[in-house]
Amino acid sequence: MAIPTPNSPPDPTLVAFNRFGLGARPGDRDRLGADPRGYLKAELRRPDIAMISLDDPAYADLLGSTAAIQASMAARFQRRLDRSLMKAAAEQPANGPAATNAPAMASAPVKVDAPAAAPPKPTPATPPVEATLYRAEAQARFDKALRAEAGFVERLVYFWSNHFCVSVAKGNIVRASAGAFEREAIRPFVLGRFADMLMAVERHPAMLFYLDNQQSIGPDSRAGRNRQRGLNENLAREILELHTLGVGGYSQADVTSFARILTGWTMAGREGRLGEPGSFVFNANAHEPGEAVLLGKIYPAGGMGQAEAALNDIAHHPATAQHIATQLARHFIADEPPPAAVARLAKVFIKNDGNLRALAAALIDMPEAWSTPLAKMRSPFDYVAAIRRAAGPGPNDPGQSLNWLNALGEPLWRPPGPNGFPDQADSWASAEGMKTRLDIAWQAARQVKDIGNPNDMLDAVIGPSVSPETRQAVARAESKQQGLALLLMAPEFQRR
Amino acid sequence: MSLLCETPHPSRRAVLMTGGALFAWAYLPRLARAADNRDPRLIVIVLRGALDGLSAVGPVGDPDYAGLHGDIALSLSGPHAALPLDGFFAVNPAMPVFARLFKANQAAVVHAAATGYRERSHFDGQDVLESGFAGPGHVATGWLNRALESLPAGDRVATLGGLAVGPSTPLVIRGAAPVLGWAPQSLPAPAGDLATRVLDLYQHRDPVLAAALKKGLDADRMALDDQMSAMPMKPKGGLDSAAGMRQAAQGAAKLIAADDGPRVAALAFDGWDTHVNEGGATGRLATLLGGLDGAFEEFEKGLGERWKDTAIVAITEFGRTAQINGTVGTDHGTGTVVLLAGGAIKGGRVIADWPGLKPAQLYQQRDLAPTSDVRAVLKGLLADQFGLSAAVLGEKVFPDSNAVKSMPNLIA
Repeated sequence: MAIPTPNSPPDPTLVAFNRFGLGARPGDRDRLGADPRGYLKAELRRPDIAMISLDDPAYADLLGSTAAIQASMAARFQRRLDRSLMKAAAEQPANGPAATNAPAMASAPVKVDAPAAAPPKPTPATPPVEATLYRAEAQARFDKALRAEAGFVERLVYFWSNHFCVSVAKGNIVRASAGAFEREAIRPFVLGRFADMLMAVERHPAMLFYLDNQQSIGPDSRAGRNRQRGLNENLAREILELHTLGVGGYSQADVTSFARILTGWTMAGREGRLGEPGSFVFNANAHEPGEAVLLGKIYPAGGMGQAEAALNDIAHHPATAQHIATQLARHFIADEPPPAAVARLAKVFIKNDGNLRALAAALIDMPEAWSTPLAKMRSPFDYVAAIRRAAGPGPNDPGQSLNWLNALGEPLWRPPGPNGFPDQADSWASAEGMKTRLDIAWQAARQVKDIGNPNDMLDAVIGPSVSPETRQAVARAESKQQGLALLLMAPEFQRR
Repeated sequence: MSLLCETPHPSRRAVLMTGGALFAWAYLPRLARAADNRDPRLIVIVLRGALDGLSAVGPVGDPDYAGLHGDIALSLSGPHAALPLDGFFAVNPAMPVFARLFKANQAAVVHAAATGYRERSHFDGQDVLESGFAGPGHVATGWLNRALESLPAGDRVATLGGLAVGPSTPLVIRGAAPVLGWAPQSLPAPAGDLATRVLDLYQHRDPVLAAALKKGLDADRMALDDQMSAMPMKPKGGLDSAAGMRQAAQGAAKLIAADDGPRVAALAFDGWDTHVNEGGATGRLATLLGGLDGAFEEFEKGLGERWKDTAIVAITEFGRTAQINGTVGTDHGTGTVVLLAGGAIKGGRVIADWPGLKPAQLYQQRDLAPTSDVRAVLKGLLADQFGLSAAVLGEKVFPDSNAVKSMPNLIA
């Protein structure tokens, strides 16, 4: 309910579908039964529920990150080659064939029936490989959201993907591999151990590239002494501040020291001198030699093992448990999470060695999750997913959904900074944000071919706890489209 | 190098405001405006990610600058020579508009500035910058909104409210005072009376959503009433791209220029976190600075007659290391620049109590040491543009900041 009376807890089915899940599809509420908690927990027991497998024929367009990055490297090489060829052609004597054709290629499309057909036919504009991969990955993510039952595990994927975000704004390497990053470093671990996810994330080329570690070089390493390059502390700082401990609790000296520890964690380049191009490698030549002190503990020289040991310790640090517990509770319960709930989650995190399945189950068992009013807003991605689940999949192409996310200010895998998209309701219940949601609701409602009765949809998607005002607004709509749009704008659909 | 040497004195507007309490308060703001025929506007641009002040406005006269900033240091010679502001500072060549405004005394720089925050977390740093509180942890309201709220009831500026540009509202302008929201949009508008019906439903069930949607619809209507209906506003890029910055300013200018438009506005531009291959006179940072420069130009063009009463201030959470890092970029630092532009600015000055760049002069031997408080600049603008008193500024707008004195004479 949007305006709950303090004493009435929210409808448990709405808690299950909206607070924890991605919203009900028509028919889902019938499958829920009388045990919403059990319904959610059943998702946690299904093996590989979070995975998007490349063996699945539905995902034939996807590439692993190594192949994706190699494709991007090859395309970059090709683009450079094309540019230098164009340049060379433009500089040829004026009577050369290339010189006469080049301007035509640049200005207008070549007519097919042109009398003297130009020998080098301009290739039709194909989207860059990075954009193709990005869209295929986006489509896979939307599909998965559509097919999920309650969608709790998908929500966990989005939570962790935002916690460990990368941004495609960084450049083509990340654009090509952001989706693969989520499939390889987040999905396999959402119900596994936090320490394992942390390790997979920090050694993933997309992250190493996004937070600049692939260029960071120990000043006293062999490479550092030979070349004029050195440390970059970006990844080290954000691991401590955002990924694990939370702000404070470490000093500038810890950041610098950790940056030294992390030197050598990089991605193999196109020439493949260090390893398979586009894959993670440890470059011992760039690693700062010697022992290092982090958070008061000495890490002896140990090559790649030095950072592994440090990451493992940080993953088990009490401040990390507290930080993760706070963020999870904020995401799933309330902007200002109840301290008791945070404390319990932190305890579960520590007691179970950062087992994220246990943590997710503990979240379902939180009494606060079922008693706190549904006052948060659906995030832009959750809102778009909920629309598709309620009103149908929409166009057979991710373009429209991606445009909606752009308009809502949260383009997929493109957060404004390494702290990801905000997780508080007032970021989304903004003037421009609500206006945009209205436009989207209308566009979504307008393109549904066979709407059926909006009143029945209300029962199927929101259920019996729907407010009389919402019911009346939908019932009195002047068209089915308008009725559906009102449903998609109803407080019961916006809030979670 | 210009030094901060003006002595504070209460501005005429501030005096009028104080005296006005004795008379009918409702008439006072109009009287004040009638007295000087001004209709002040304030535009705040938040540069998220920490702008390298030493690459935006380079202290080319400092003997230690070139050594520290290495390959990306600005220089007065070479193919991409920086644009000299005075004998000591030069602005990045990506900002010709700013340089032109500076020469016309319509732009100024406050250098070696920082908020009171001395750690190096972007996110806490942004919260401090935008909330106006002395430390992190306050994320409900921003100083610009509280400034609006603090204006006398009935004041025109307060009634017209603020404008938030972009899909989400920057913290700096969040709060109880009314704020319109606007962003370039390409979605088709709903047919019929859907908006009215949704608004009606919200008014019965969800007042918070009702207020937000209403403001969104209002801004949209204003934009449509205006020339903007003829202006295609398909988003040209995010607010971390030069084209997106320029476009945001273009749209905002139309709304702010309108007689019944908001008098204060907030925009947030992203992407200033230049850890790698920052570039100097050309490159990544220069591209972004070009976007900011384009935004200044769009405001100048779009505000037309109103430009003369407008102050624009660009602020960032902190600066970056004075020495470039191992990857030809810069890591998180402390002191940086505040850029001021607009017809109302008493420009043509770099205001700096320059701390120097020798190792012992750097903050923690690493960053440009801050010698001016960003809040002092913001207080000076709010006092001179809107007549807010030192007490209100020191307690409500920037809580616990009475020790930070307002910087005088920023407004011509």
